[in-house]
Amino acid sequence: MMTEAEILLDARGLNRFYTRGSEEIRAVNGVSLSIRRGEFVSFMGPSGCGKTTLVNLLGCLDNPTSGELDLAGRNIFGGGKTLGERDLTRVRRELFGYIFQNFYLIHSLTVRENVALPLAFYRKPGAEAEVERLLKMLGMEHRMDHLPGQISGGEMQRVAIARALVNRPEILLADEPTGNLDTRRSEEIGEILQDLNRNAGLTIVMVSHDPGLARLGQRQIEMRDGQAYES
Amino acid sequence: MITPFQIAYKNLLRKKVRTLLTLVGIMLSTWVLVSLFGFNRGYEKALNRDIDNMGYQLMVMAKGCPYEAATMMLQGGKGLRYMEQSMVDDIVKEPEVDKITPILMQAFFDPNKGESGGIAGYFGVDPKSYPQMKPFFRFRAGGWFHDESAPEVVMGYEAAELEQREVGDMTLVPEKNVQLKVVGILERTGTQDDGTIFVPLKTLQRIAGTDKITTIGISVKKDADMSKLETKLFQLKDVQVVSFSQVKQTIMKLIATARVMVLSIAIIAVLIAMVGVVNTVLMSVLERVQEIGILKTMGAMPGDIFRLVWTETLILCGIGGIAGIGFALLFARFTDLLVRKILPYAPSGGLVAIDGRLALLTLVTILAVGLLSGLYPAWKAGRVRPLESIRREG
Repeated sequence: MMTEAEILLDARGLNRFYTRGSEEIRAVNGVSLSIRRGEFVSFMGPSGCGKTTLVNLLGCLDNPTSGELDLAGRNIFGGGKTLGERDLTRVRRELFGYIFQNFYLIHSLTVRENVALPLAFYRKPGAEAEVERLLKMLGMEHRMDHLPGQISGGEMQRVAIARALVNRPEILLADEPTGNLDTRRSEEIGEILQDLNRNAGLTIVMVSHDPGLARLGQRQIEMRDGQAYES
Repeated sequence: MITPFQIAYKNLLRKKVRTLLTLVGIMLSTWVLVSLFGFNRGYEKALNRDIDNMGYQLMVMAKGCPYEAATMMLQGGKGLRYMEQSMVDDIVKEPEVDKITPILMQAFFDPNKGESGGIAGYFGVDPKSYPQMKPFFRFRAGGWFHDESAPEVVMGYEAAELEQREVGDMTLVPEKNVQLKVVGILERTGTQDDGTIFVPLKTLQRIAGTDKITTIGISVKKDADMSKLETKLFQLKDVQVVSFSQVKQTIMKLIATARVMVLSIAIIAVLIAMVGVVNTVLMSVLERVQEIGILKTMGAMPGDIFRLVWTETLILCGIGGIAGIGFALLFARFTDLLVRKILPYAPSGGLVAIDGRLALLTLVTILAVGLLSGLYPAWKAGRVRPLESIRREG
């Protein structure tokens, strides 16, 4: 039986509709799901199935057309409530860390500076110490003063992971984290994510079209036509 | 830990050439601006100094164009008109007069001067009253004349340098073939006096074959009514009165027109620099839309992004402004020479006066321009939505 305290993320009837010309696109169509603290949940599905749109809603990167979302016991969306950019930012920086397929490191900053970048805008107490700890944990201590252009794709994603974790988020959202990596590097990143989940108890929500990577999740949710089917 | 300032600074280093060109634009604008402000202050200061160094506030001369007369006094000249020396005795009786001195200006043609000859100017001055008018004169060597009709000269600093004369040397008055002994050489004053050769009044009158004078210099008592004295002097026959405050006002009016022109150029230069800053920063924002979106996913508020982009414009304008002020200070002499070539009359001494206060004022102006230029790009960057920058349908 799932208790209220264990649930970190609770979505009820989430919808995200777009119009393209006269056509209505139902990218996310009535999705309800709950994610408990410490879970590793993978979203799979073909291109255009709505998995990234759903994760964007769960990660407060977008407002739903309708539906409700509670995060860490706090109602974020619901009852027609739409959050402005500032409020969304506040929720994001409190709860989430994000990693993307394209890493999005800043090429004029060193590895260390990239990881410390979020702290320039928002800093949880003691977060400064996390920069070096995370880089060491991810095996990047010897690359701290390198620029992103001087390291490999796999290393860039490790740096992006460290950056996402520096403010100690509740949930790590990973959108196709291995989409730009070869098989070996993909496996390395997969192992890192699994370690973070198992050993550090980090809640991970991941989107991937790679079945091998998706299988690392304790729960796999398949998206089809904007709807979620848990396998 | 990295600060927003470091992020902004490092971002500018990404496109070095573009940043450098923008900096050059700001630097040139600042250079023009600070030099213009410096000229506004320096010119008036130099003119005041020239007039103060005359030692007298009023000049009485034989009738003619008063501005020509004033220019003759300031720069030397020929085609002079004469008046009776007895007029000095009439004027000295006026209660407003503090000191008075008669002057005879003479110009002789010197065939050895320059390539095709030139004019050698002499100032016949009264050894008793003239030094009282110029108490600030300091001698590099020697001193004033030994008596009021001595065959002697006192040379201004540059006149002595030009003719390579030392105290004790003889100098020849051209046309008249009269030799005079150099008894004194003045220290540099930074005024027209530096190029003047002073001769005792009676000596010059003897050489020129006249007992008349060309000018009377009048120093007015401190609290006296100068306009009242001017009115009285205007009633004297065949003379004109030149008040240096009027001359100054007239010159300043002429200069005001030039100032407006230069100010317009400076404003255009600043506007061009402003467009350059807007272009550079806006381009940089448009190139970094994704990156700005990612900063927002990390917790950067719209205000943080706004400040980050604004900081970039401030860094550009701060560095460009400081460099521009530095160049203006470094090349102030060059600007001075340039201005001198353009102006119809330029007083002696530095025309471009740049001090710490002016430099600070210009820097503040440039930073304000930067803040203004950064508004639109910063606002645009602040409005970037993270989802738009990273959207990718799954």
